[in-house]
Amino acid sequence: MRTFRADLHIHTLLSPCGDLEMSPANIVAKAKVNQLDIIGITDHNSTKHCRLTRKLAEKEGITVLCGAEVTTKEEVHCLAFFETDDTLALFQQFLERQLPPVMNEVHRFGYQVVIDEEENIVEEVEKLLLTGLHAGINKVEQMVHELGGIFIPAHVDRPYYSILSQLGFIPPDLKADALEISRLTNPEDFDRQQGLNQRFTFLKSSDAHYISDIGRAYSQMWLEAPTFSEIKMALVNEKGRYVKIQ
Amino acid sequence: MKAFKVNEIIEALNLEVLSGEKGLDRIITGGYVCDLLSDVMGNSKEGQIWITLQTHKNVMAIASLRDLAAVVLINGFKPDADTAAQSEIGNIPILGTKAPAFEIAGRLHELING
Repeated sequence: MRTFRADLHIHTLLSPCGDLEMSPANIVAKAKVNQLDIIGITDHNSTKHCRLTRKLAEKEGITVLCGAEVTTKEEVHCLAFFETDDTLALFQQFLERQLPPVMNEVHRFGYQVVIDEEENIVEEVEKLLLTGLHAGINKVEQMVHELGGIFIPAHVDRPYYSILSQLGFIPPDLKADALEISRLTNPEDFDRQQGLNQRFTFLKSSDAHYISDIGRAYSQMWLEAPTFSEIKMALVNEKGRYVKIQ
Repeated sequence: MKAFKVNEIIEALNLEVLSGEKGLDRIITGGYVCDLLSDVMGNSKEGQIWITLQTHKNVMAIASLRDLAAVVLINGFKPDADTAAQSEIGNIPILGTKAPAFEIAGRLHELING
């Protein structure tokens, strides 16, 4: 068992708010410099840059968790990750079905482009990816778990787009695999204030929109190997696998 | 301000009772309009009618915590199944309207302050 550095919340240039420098190649290069072993690719309501990033990262020995940052109907941001290409594709279909037909306006929100390995633009996504899905948080959680995925409400303590700002408190029966808390929040204090009785593993991650953000916050995971199933075990403290944050 | 019970405003505002019928004799002290549940938790007052588009079951937990008179769902929204169940248990009615928040809040304000 050894420790791996994981930053599970990174946007690419596909997210309208993601800097155009956030190409999969640049993200991998920066992750390498910052000695990250595991990165999560989590664009708003889209998984379309995950596979290219994973392909580039494999060459550098970096594991990519493929997923998205979902905006639920209540406008709660949640991270979702999937193990296989099949389940990732099914989730992409779910996102496309549930995303309302609100079009992106590039001058307001920014570009939503998918690029290939040579950095040619292969697609411009027309629907605005920031819009809340038709599906509420419980429905999204259920969908993620039906597909064997990992479900992590994002930056839960932030005053906007978080479970606390939108829903007032963490629903007592929420089946989250972990909670992401902001960089400067103390997990023990948060757990006590919210009366969570250590029900959840806490993660810290960068929520990077710019190259310089990558790795500014990360979590340490104790695993046999940096695989999806090992990470899942670490999130629920199974068989000696666990997560530690600063 | 006139004292109204929940069942006295239903006809005037053309509201539909979606759940929690046993709570229709609750007394209304005013109204509150917001879709951020954390704000409602902090700022709403006992006896108010809460106008919102949120349908998650945390709505009923907050309504019960603040002892609100009823919840009005706007734009034709319906409560989630577990939200409706909580409304029955807590005897806090959920009422529905096709009208948007601005319109229903204006009419409620006129009725109870008029």
